[in-house]
Formats: sequence, C-alpha cells, structure tokens
Amino acid sequence: MIPREGLVSVSKAKDRQFVRSPEQAPTEDIHDIILQLEKEGEWEVQRVPEPYVEVETKYGRKKKIPLQRTWHHKSCGQCGHIPGYSTSIFWMNRKLGFDYLDPTDQTSCTAWNYYASATSNAAAQAAVAMRNFAAAAETTYYPIIHCGTSFGHYKETRHQLIHSPELRRQVRGILARLGKKFVIPEEIVHYSEWVHVVRDKIADHQVRNLSMIRATVHPACHYHKLITEDAIYDPEIYGGQRSAIITATLKALGIEVADYSTWFDCCGFGFRHILVSRDFSRSFATMRKIEVMKQEANPDVTVTHDTGCVTTLDHSQFAARAHGRNVGIPVMSDSQIAALAMGAHPYKVLQLHWHSTDNKPFLEKIGIDTEKAWREFETAVEALKQGDKQYLTWEDADAESVAAPSAHPEPALH
Amino acid sequence: MALDLSGKQYAQVPFEEKQRLFNEVKADFRFDEYLYGCYECGVCVAACPSARFYDFSPRKIAQTAAREDVDLFYVFLNDSIWDCSQCFSCDRCPRQNSPGGLITVMREVAVKNGLASAQEALEGYGRIVYKIMSTGTQVSPDMLQPNAFPDWGPHVKEISNNLDVWRRALPPETLHTTETGWAVDDKTVIELYLIWHMTGVMDIIKEVDEGLFMILQDVMEERLEEAGYDASFN
Repeated sequence: MIPREGLVSVSKAKDRQFVRSPEQAPTEDIHDIILQLEKEGEWEVQRVPEPYVEVETKYGRKKKIPLQRTWHHKSCGQCGHIPGYSTSIFWMNRKLGFDYLDPTDQTSCTAWNYYASATSNAAAQAAVAMRNFAAAAETTYYPIIHCGTSFGHYKETRHQLIHSPELRRQVRGILARLGKKFVIPEEIVHYSEWVHVVRDKIADHQVRNLSMIRATVHPACHYHKLITEDAIYDPEIYGGQRSAIITATLKALGIEVADYSTWFDCCGFGFRHILVSRDFSRSFATMRKIEVMKQEANPDVTVTHDTGCVTTLDHSQFAARAHGRNVGIPVMSDSQIAALAMGAHPYKVLQLHWHSTDNKPFLEKIGIDTEKAWREFETAVEALKQGDKQYLTWEDADAESVAAPSAHPEPALH
Repeated sequence: MALDLSGKQYAQVPFEEKQRLFNEVKADFRFDEYLYGCYECGVCVAACPSARFYDFSPRKIAQTAAREDVDLFYVFLNDSIWDCSQCFSCDRCPRQNSPGGLITVMREVAVKNGLASAQEALEGYGRIVYKIMSTGTQVSPDMLQPNAFPDWGPHVKEISNNLDVWRRALPPETLHTTETGWAVDDKTVIELYLIWHMTGVMDIIKEVDEGLFMILQDVMEERLEEAGYDASFN
C-alpha cells in the first residue's frame, strides 16, 4: 500500500477558485507586443482617443473603449439585410452628441466569405484588415467594428501578424504598394463594447419604460470564443463566468434577463450554411436556441450583438412555425433595444420591417401603437415616392409623432 | 448520411497525393498553433453545432491530423470539412487546440488544389464570391429575392418590391445603395482588387471556378485600366 503522505495533494473542486488576475492569465498580453513592435519600427499604433473608458476583460486585463471620434467599420449583413441595426448605432451616437464618422473608404472584412468558402488566404485577409485600419488612421478617427465576425477575425489576424514576421513583411509590402501606412489600432473594439460602456448614459436618456420586459441573451461566438481573453467580463455579471456584454446593458435599462441552458451554443449561422445549406441553420437556430429559450425562459425578446446571430435566429423562425414548432420570439440587436429605450422610432430608426418574426406584441407591451407608427413610416415613404424629398433624413426620423413616447413617461426602473 | 471512414471511396487516389495535401496543411504557419495534441475528452464535439446535425466530429479531425493518418485525413478533407460551422466553439478545447482553425486551413488547401469535393461544396456560392470580390461588400440588399429566401417569410417579397424606396428611407447617407451594403468609394474597390491580385486570391478562384474567374477578371481588368493600372496588375 502506498503511504498516504507519498501522494500528491490535489485540492478538491469545491476548494478551487478561479482567480481573475492578469498575472495568472494563460495567454499573452498583446498590448505589450504591439507597442514593442512599434518601437522596433514594424508598424505604427493608432492610440485610442480620449475620452475613453477602461473596462476589464476575461482575465482582468484593461481594455480601452473610445467614446467618440469613432470610425464606423460597418457590417455587410447588417447594412444589407437588417439596416436598422447599424442605423440604431449611428442614431445613438447622434443623440448622445458624440462625434463619429461613417466612411465610404471601407470594405467588408471579407471574413464571412472566408469562413464560408476559403477562397482567400491569410495574407489577403490581413491585407484587407490593414487597408481598412490605414483608411481609418488617415481620418484620425478610431475604428469601431460593427460585426462580431469582423471583430473576431481582425483579432485573429492581429494575432497572426504579431507572431509571423513573414506575414508582416508581406502585408506591409502590399500596403506600401497601395500607398497606405502600416498602422494597427491599439485596441480592436466592437460596437457592443461601446454600447456596454455608455449604458449608463443611455439609461440617463431612457424615455421608455422596459421594466415589464423579459429578455434572453445570445452572446455571439465570434465575440467571446475567438481570442476569448479580449472579451469584456465583469464579476458582477454571471459572477464573471460569462461575458458581461449585452446583459449589463439590458440590466441598466431595467430589463429582466432570463437564463436558458443553451446560452453557449452558436446560433447556427454557419457562414456557408446560411446561404447554401439553410436547413442546418434553421434546425439549429430553432431547436437548440429559440425553442429552448421559449421553454425555459419564455422571453418577450431575445437580444444579441452580431449580424449573423440576428439574421439566423430571426429569419429561421418563419419556416419552423409552419412545422408547428414552439417558436415566435422577436430578435433584435442590443443597439436596437438601447435606441428603442432612448425613444427611437421602431420603423424609421430600428427599421423593424426588415425583420421576420412578429415583433408587434413586444412593441405593444412597451406602449408603442404599432399601427400608428407604421402609418408614420408609410407617410414618410409616400413623400419619397412622390418626389417631395429624396431621402429620409435624421431630422425626419426624429420628427414628433404619435408613436413617440409620452412627454411624461413613467420613470424607467434601473 | 453516415460518413464512410473506411477510405475505400478514395482507394484509387495515390497515397503520395494524399501525403502531399497533408504536408501542405501541415506546412501552414498556423498549423502548430491550432494543434497541440488531444485528450479525447470530447469537449469540442459537445460544443459543436455541426456535430448535432451531421456525422461530423472535430475531435476525429484533430486526432487524425495529430496521428498523421494520411488516408483518413483525405476522407475528412473531402467529405467532412464543409460541414463545419466555423463558429469556433471548439476553441474551448482544454488542450488549446483549434479544430475549427485547422479546418479553415484544410479548406484553404482543398480549394487551392481544386478538389472536386471543394468545387461541389461551393456550387451555388459563386454569386457570393463575385459580390464580395467585385464590390467590397459581401451581401447586398438586392440579394433579398423571394426565390432565394422563400423560407424567411413574406417580408422578403415586400422588401424586394419596395427596395429602392425603403433604402432611401434609411437616415444614414451611406445606406441608400441597393447593389452594395453601403456606398464604397471607387478607389477603395480598386485597392481591394489589387489586394486580391497581390495575394494570389485570383489564382485560387481560377483553380476552383474558372467561369467565375473569367467574369471577375473581365470586371477587374476594366476598372483597373480605367484607374490607370495595366492589365498585368503591376
């Protein structure tokens, strides 16, 4: 028999603790490496402009999130198919009085195609990223990324550039031939991180009471699973065991966040699947996400923060309903919910007519007369059709209307 | 459909060819970081969405690559990798593997070498590749056609019928477009074309879809020449 004192002592699971400490992080701190490479003349680093807010990421490292002078790296899926998503981001910037730039010198990150078809390579993907970063730096505005996949992919690309001198050399050469600087941002920032850090300001501007709303949250895979240590965590939210993104914002707006068992699961987007094998996307989105949410939490709405997630979770429900499945949860981005709380018009700003699942019960529950709101939108559209004006302006979107919240709303519960 | 792991379906493919393709994957600069080893714990499979609806296992793919089982690797390279959702839920691996990353590299090799299985997987995908490579935005409002998305609901037809005026009813000035996600500068698109050429992406397209390559080349050549570049893209 082996004497007990000869055994290695292993602490019991209940006695072990996860200590959130940068010193104990299992991954490198890229900030140091990026700045070191700048010192060595490998690239320039675009600093996060002041004022910024410092938040903690998974292992307790600090991440700077800029408030304004932001260069909005738009999402092709958002702008193309659910345009109220990005419109809500811009609308909030305007309402908060923040300076921002909506550039035309921007391409898609091209990662949707890359993850779907592989008709590209690491050098091309890095060159596309660095071209967009250079375009942002030329304006002196700081890139803020609307798409979760662009955000995750750019972080993967940054990691590859950091660790491959050969890739850096190749991409630097390409940028030089384009007449562009080789410049990398100090932080890669997702728009939902901006929403997260301004959530109290949003709550200060809240005019719609959302305290009767129960929501579920779907955290986007490419936000918190790619370069996971860079996602925002908070010990106050889920005990720091899941990303705090979205949930902290909804709580700040007085919304009840309900949990469900498949929160970690992907939405089923699949990149190629959503376009050419949609039976998979539909099945996964409805059977592993929507139905589970419905059964375990029965929310009024589910909120997410990425292009593919809104698309898949929302649009998959129509066919599933035809099969008699237990679906019917409206899906929105955190930007749309936050803008709604601040008084945004459901059709002129949130553009909810581009969504599929019926969201009227949700809107009616928070006191919006959807018929009147839709008539207001149709009136605005009719003016465009008649040639009275060419475009709906920001001022038109905020024109006083019967769908606007009461001047004396019930106070929001925070 | 069950995945045939016997390898009999590829018995006629010379072992040297399978080895060459495996070596190409292994030579990628990301390979060593994507594959450290495997505990066979199955965490990646438990987290994987594709594993729930396909006969698909990120664990088997990672193990096969780690064991350098070239015959089985060739089966996965042809019959399995296109089922992956590329969500990277498998990055939860306690051994720090990235089966999803490994599959990205395998897909690149499959496409670059023009494997018939890759061509088949990309059938029907050409218009997407064309859109992203030629315009700089991957999806556009005018893709929302009822015949392309019949399962998304009747609102798709409504969007399609009202596309122009509903795009003009968007307050951001950059979103009034119908053929691209947002307004992209001509100069920006030209720079994107140059990136595709300088990084060999056009050669990849030629290997996997020659028809698409010819269309893209025509479009790009014309615009590059208008912008003052010669047709050889120097």
